[in-house]
Amino acid sequence: MKLLMEKGYEGRALSLLGPCDVPTVQPSKTRTAPPRLPQLSETELSRHYSALARRAHGVNDGFYPLGSCTMKYNPAVNEEAASLKGFTAVHPLQPLHTVAGCLEALEETEKYLCAINGMDAFTFQPAAGAHGEFTGLLLIKAYHTHRGEGEKRNKILVPDSAHGTNPASAAMAGYQVVNLPSGPDGCVDLEALRQAAGEDTAGLMLTNPNTVGLFDKNILEITRIVHEAGGLCYYDGANLNAVMGVARPGDMGFDVVHLNLHKTFSTPHGGGGPGSGPVGCKKILEPYLPAPRFEKKDGKWQEKPCPDTIGRVRGFQGNFLVVLRALTYLLMLGREGIPEAARNAVLNANYMKAGLEDLYPMAYPGLCMHEFVMSLEKLKEETGVTALDVAKAMLDEGIHPPTMYFPLIVHEALMVEPTETETRETLDEAVETLRAIYKKAVEDPEYLKACPHRAQIGRPDEVNAARHPVLRYRPEEEKA
Amino acid sequence: MNFPSELQYSKSHEWVRRQGNTAEIGLTDYAQSELGGIVFVNLPQVGDEVTMGEALGDVESVKSVSDVYSPVTGVVSEVNEALLDTPEAINQDPYGAWLVRVERISETEELLTAEEYQEHIRTEQ
Amino acid sequence: MGSFVPNTPSQQEEMLQKLGCASWKDLYRDVPREVLLEDGPELPPGMGEQQALARMEELAEKNKVFPHIFRGAGAYAHYIPAIVGRVVKKESFLTAYTPYQAEISQGVLQAIFEYQTMICELTGMEVSNASVYDGATAAAEAAAMCADRRRSRVLLSEGLPPQVIETVRTYCFGSGLPVETVPLAEGVTDNEALQKALGPDVACFVMAQPNYYGQIEPAEELGRLTHEAGAKYVMSCNPISLGLMPTPAQCGADVAVGEGQPLGMPLSWGGPYLGYMAATGAMMRKLPGRIVGETKDSKGERAFVLTLQAREQHIRREKAGSNICSNEALCALTVSVYLAAQGPEGLRQTALQCCSKAHYLQKVLEEAGLQPVYEGEFFHEFLTRAPRRQALLKRLEEEGYLGGLPVGEDMLLWCATEKNTKAEMDRLAQLVKEVLA
Repeated sequence: MKLLMEKGYEGRALSLLGPCDVPTVQPSKTRTAPPRLPQLSETELSRHYSALARRAHGVNDGFYPLGSCTMKYNPAVNEEAASLKGFTAVHPLQPLHTVAGCLEALEETEKYLCAINGMDAFTFQPAAGAHGEFTGLLLIKAYHTHRGEGEKRNKILVPDSAHGTNPASAAMAGYQVVNLPSGPDGCVDLEALRQAAGEDTAGLMLTNPNTVGLFDKNILEITRIVHEAGGLCYYDGANLNAVMGVARPGDMGFDVVHLNLHKTFSTPHGGGGPGSGPVGCKKILEPYLPAPRFEKKDGKWQEKPCPDTIGRVRGFQGNFLVVLRALTYLLMLGREGIPEAARNAVLNANYMKAGLEDLYPMAYPGLCMHEFVMSLEKLKEETGVTALDVAKAMLDEGIHPPTMYFPLIVHEALMVEPTETETRETLDEAVETLRAIYKKAVEDPEYLKACPHRAQIGRPDEVNAARHPVLRYRPEEEKA
Repeated sequence: MNFPSELQYSKSHEWVRRQGNTAEIGLTDYAQSELGGIVFVNLPQVGDEVTMGEALGDVESVKSVSDVYSPVTGVVSEVNEALLDTPEAINQDPYGAWLVRVERISETEELLTAEEYQEHIRTEQ
Repeated sequence: MGSFVPNTPSQQEEMLQKLGCASWKDLYRDVPREVLLEDGPELPPGMGEQQALARMEELAEKNKVFPHIFRGAGAYAHYIPAIVGRVVKKESFLTAYTPYQAEISQGVLQAIFEYQTMICELTGMEVSNASVYDGATAAAEAAAMCADRRRSRVLLSEGLPPQVIETVRTYCFGSGLPVETVPLAEGVTDNEALQKALGPDVACFVMAQPNYYGQIEPAEELGRLTHEAGAKYVMSCNPISLGLMPTPAQCGADVAVGEGQPLGMPLSWGGPYLGYMAATGAMMRKLPGRIVGETKDSKGERAFVLTLQAREQHIRREKAGSNICSNEALCALTVSVYLAAQGPEGLRQTALQCCSKAHYLQKVLEEAGLQPVYEGEFFHEFLTRAPRRQALLKRLEEEGYLGGLPVGEDMLLWCATEKNTKAEMDRLAQLVKEVLA
């Protein structure tokens, strides 16, 4: 398929602007050559994007069991709410008395998220989970610095099963990362934790259920150990879908959390963003939250004084239209719907697992939470077919593959998370498809290793793409 | 797999070619085969100090990054710039595609002979 | 209760039984009793779609939508071509995941590749990433890109928007990079002060073009001074202005960043926006975030794929330059459609109209009694004195005019874009005259 830049014709344009109704003024210095943007008609533009859209695949188009991503159905009503002109046409620097709706929307969302998470306050500035992690870690840093222990407490404990953003965020926040080995059961090794937690510990980052889909039943002991050592506990909310409304991170002993609205709270992924990663915290960390914060006094909205804030983590208030989608979702689900979603996320995952475990070795036996991890190590040894090959075979069946090669502690991992918005029939079909793929892998490994056979492209040469990066289109005249 | 006998080897899969008080350092055949297609090499700069047992740089494949550990303490005298354009040379010719040359060596870790290194690989597996 | 769980209670029962579970509690047996919420969360009862939307509409109505906007300061009211909304609402773009599985995601990957190409054309730089959160975080990430073991001090022009300076400071609280600001003289970066501040430990100098006060900075000269001191030059440019003004590449930038919101995103009370980041070829591998590259597939056909992933957090973990994972992908698609819809001539006309209208606005406001603060050249924003500032803004608000942003004790920062008409501006000036009379 051609690129935009390979289409069009000199002089083609859309009819967008009117004539200038004032005298023309331009800067004294201008660019030496115009940007070589495509020159297209609206016909061509529309068809180009229709063709691209046919080569894209969203969760609203098909089953998407990506472990750790919580690809649940994105409700249509969210889009209605987020498109209201009263929200989209509002300038971020309007006086506060003209944006009472925005401030109330955030206040209401904060109230609901505090209730679900057992926290006392939320900031909506972070634009994504990783951004939230960085923000939450800065809260921890500010807390210790305030107590004169900022230099001393320079380490963050992170399980080796953690998502890469955890250690990366800790490094960005200026911390050294101490990797905690997981036990053979996939959970935090308590002895290793006791050894590691000490006077130089600023905190622990954990997700619960963890990245292998298990609820760490020692959670209260884990957070106690860290608190006793003087550290704080950070909750990575990526897996909240398993427990929202059923158990609160605040009650598990966590002091600060981030949420992924684009996972747990049904806002769309957009091909990689925009997300939203609000950060919640207990009272002890509230003074450090990013400013500005707002409060209503005598019926008037005003800025709250925040003398100890860590400052801004972005230009304005947050990915506001994304937060609105989450608010719509929260309003709809409410007190009963939130735990119902969590329970069914766990039910659906276990149901799928039960249908597969006689063929696909599960990394950890027994009941899982909202996701489970299969290991294709044995299949690889016996047939040479890898987790990657199985994933590519799923593409031929129109199912987005599960998450591959994560977490790192499981070899040839495939992590499956169906979510609560799938029907039993879809789960049954997916199980049948996966079983057929396994059988095919044993009978005809070569066929699997050449998958996908029916997708938009064959397997791309990633080695060449990284060795000799071509990161933009160049017109013919420029190509060497 | 190839293990030239005139070289010395580290447990972290680097090879060392000594020439007086200079050491030439690269990655072994075993290392390159484990890494798969190498796409990029992050090397230190000439004049940088390197320390025995610490990472002097790293090599990237499509899906992973591995540290390269220095078997000696010294100062980087030369860097194999050609590898920045053709990192695949490490896969094709691991003992010819040296990464760095280090001079003014003050410490060397205990290195293995070719036989000892092969034994080490066997026990690691 | 509102629900998106399709399986009926009886289906759920059957599934539980198949698993050998007597009740829901069995699924949560690893959760300590003290932590299980017996009565559910403290939330109000759920509701159907109609009610939920009504509540959202109620909230939206509590906001004032200004029909006449004359405020910028980092977020701009531009005309958004109708095709933009249609494209970004397409389900397969809106609800797609990150394109890690290239074989099923060529549409998203190609759209991002096109975005990267257009950002390179706009800025003149050699390589672009697939976006970061916004212009402020882009500036912070750029500073981190430029720092190394020998050079860690970050210099920021006071011509950068305050929210950008604050964000960079917060990021540097994390990384430990020392931050210093360089003051302005007559509305642009004081180049003597810059020279004094530069030194062998400075990683980069970051400035805005045009700057926060609308002034056009001597970008090439500032770049020259920065390079003479061995530091990197980071320019944060308004992307609409690049339809007309010299590119960061022309001015010698090593890294070009900026707020992408003007390229097709509605004001949205601050987000989602987009930070663009482009760099010289030499700095390619220091760029954070996702990048799409071109390659061939197993049949020799052109294919697009996320590449240079070994820079990123999921591979480098604590050794990654940045932790960024999710970006503003759909906003990047928005930018692509906007720039493609505009074309080079449309963008140039838009920039020209912004500049022209702002100059007309300054003229009529001066005639009405608001003196400009600076004499230098400006693009589409400018600062004026504002006697009776509060009364002025109040009167304007009554008439549906969002006036300039209050700055300092007695100034207003005004903006005009292609959306503002001569009639609007004449009316605005009339209102100002009335208040000052």
